[in-house]
Parts: sequence; structure tokens; C-alpha cells
Amino acid sequence: MLTEKILFYVFAAILIFAASMVVTVRHSVRAALFLVLAFFTAAGLWLMLHAEFLAIVLVLVYVGAVMVLFLFVVMSVDLDQGRLREGFGRHMPVGLLVAGVVIAEMVSILSIDQLAIVAPESAAVAVNNVEAVGQLLYRQYIYPVEIASVILLVGIIAAISMTLRGRRQSRYIAPAEQLAANKRDRLRVVDLREPASTDSTAESTGDDN
Amino acid sequence: MVTLADFLVLSAILFAISALGIFINRKNLIVLLMCVELMLLAVNTNFLAFSYFLGDLHGQIFVFFVLTVAAAESSIGLAIIVLLMRNRGSINVQDIHELNG
Repeated sequence: MLTEKILFYVFAAILIFAASMVVTVRHSVRAALFLVLAFFTAAGLWLMLHAEFLAIVLVLVYVGAVMVLFLFVVMSVDLDQGRLREGFGRHMPVGLLVAGVVIAEMVSILSIDQLAIVAPESAAVAVNNVEAVGQLLYRQYIYPVEIASVILLVGIIAAISMTLRGRRQSRYIAPAEQLAANKRDRLRVVDLREPASTDSTAESTGDDN
Repeated sequence: MVTLADFLVLSAILFAISALGIFINRKNLIVLLMCVELMLLAVNTNFLAFSYFLGDLHGQIFVFFVLTVAAAESSIGLAIIVLLMRNRGSINVQDIHELNG
């Protein structure tokens, strides 16, 4: 039990350090990397809470996909760090005040003895965590799972359609071009009568014969 | 023994840090998105702590859905950032004021 407590405090210290570095570090790339550290540490804490499936999902989905996306965007956009850091210290006092009030409120509530619940006895676990979560997800929560898949599909389509650049595959009408078109652009009247100006060349060739 | 209150205090501190980050990084849109992710992490830790200490597995299901929606949200947010960078050349929050009246 002492190991568990030591482990909790080590993980909590790393998590708070990483979170404070995320919000104060100068470069956005470093902030993203500290956020990766924070996610890994939180996954360790979630493992201590016997949420093995969600800890693995946090590492796979967040560190593996979302943070890679963050790093990709941070590195691909050209950041003007100087302008983005303007007013960094100006809002620090009010921010510290709000954060201090939030922490003081929560700690004063949470120090009530009713919330000092110790962990339940988890010796006789019938099924493992992944199986239990899967049973709940695919039996009781099957419709929310379907809705979540639709939300992910909407996210995919929105992200692609917003950032897609290049040739449009579908044909469409441009009314401005249609209205700006003139009659002379579309129709050319060709004189089909015997041209009078070319008579000289015709006669010259006839003379040769 | 680690109690429920320990985890709740930890996630309260994490939430307060990310709120502070939103206050002091008011210009950088990417860091604002990262602060929102940290807030969601704190809230998810709360859910999992209650789920474990009260012996109720439904909290983990809720964390699963929060993770799903947060992934969709961050992908759309990053797409908006890429679009802003392409059209305006800046992700400064102060530069985005076309819609104010």
C-alpha cells in the first residue's frame, strides 16, 4: 500500500509539472511534447484506477493520433512567437487568482471526511476490465456507440472538406462568369460569300496557268 | 492508502492549471486547444476516480464517449487552424475579428 501511495505522488508530481510546462513554455512544439508527457502520466494514473482499457486507449488515440496531429499542425504553420506572446504576463495575476480560488474551493470541499473513500476490495474480479467495458458498451450502450461513430464520421468529413485544396471534381455553374460573358465571346460571324479581297491572289495563280 | 479525495484534488489542480493557461495564453490558438485537452484530461480523471472508488463501471463508459468527442473536436479545431493560417497567415486570436459587429 505504501508503494501505491508513493507511485501516486510521483505520478501526480510529474503530471502537474508537465501541465504547468504546457501552459508556460515558449515554443508550441515543446508545449505539445509536454502534453504528450502529461498524457502518458495520466495513463499511468488511470492504470492505478484499474481502468486498463481506457489507459491504453489514451496512449493509442491521444498520444498516437491526436498529439501527432497537433505536432504536425504546429510544425506546418509558421508561428510568429513574438506576437503570440504579447500580454503574457499581463493576465497572469487574474489567472493566478482564478486558479487559486478554484483550487481552494475544491480542496476545502474535498477535505470533508466523507470523500476519503478507500479503494474497494477488488480481489474477486470475475472478468477483466476490457471484457467488462465491452459488455457494457455493446449491450447497454449500443446506441450511444453508434452515435459516437457518426460523430467521428462527421469529424472526418468536416476536417477533410475544410482543408481540401485543389481541383474540384464536381462540375458547377459560375453565375458571375455567365453574366459577364459577351455575345462576341461566344459567336463569331463568318462571311461565307466569295471573298473580294482574295481575288488578286486567285488571279495571280490563274496567270501562271 | 490513496483515497478518492487525493485523485479529486489532483484533477482540481490540473483543471486550475489549464484554466490559468487559457488566461495567460490568450493569443495562441494552438496552446488554447492544448489547454482544453488538459481540462478534458482532468475531468476524465475525475470520472475514473469516482468509477473506481464507488465500484461503478459506467463512469468508464462516459470517459470513452468524452474521448471520442474530444478527438473529433480537436481534429476539427486543427483543421480550422490550418484554414486560418492559409487564408490569413496568422493564428493570433486578436486577428480574428471579422464577425464582431
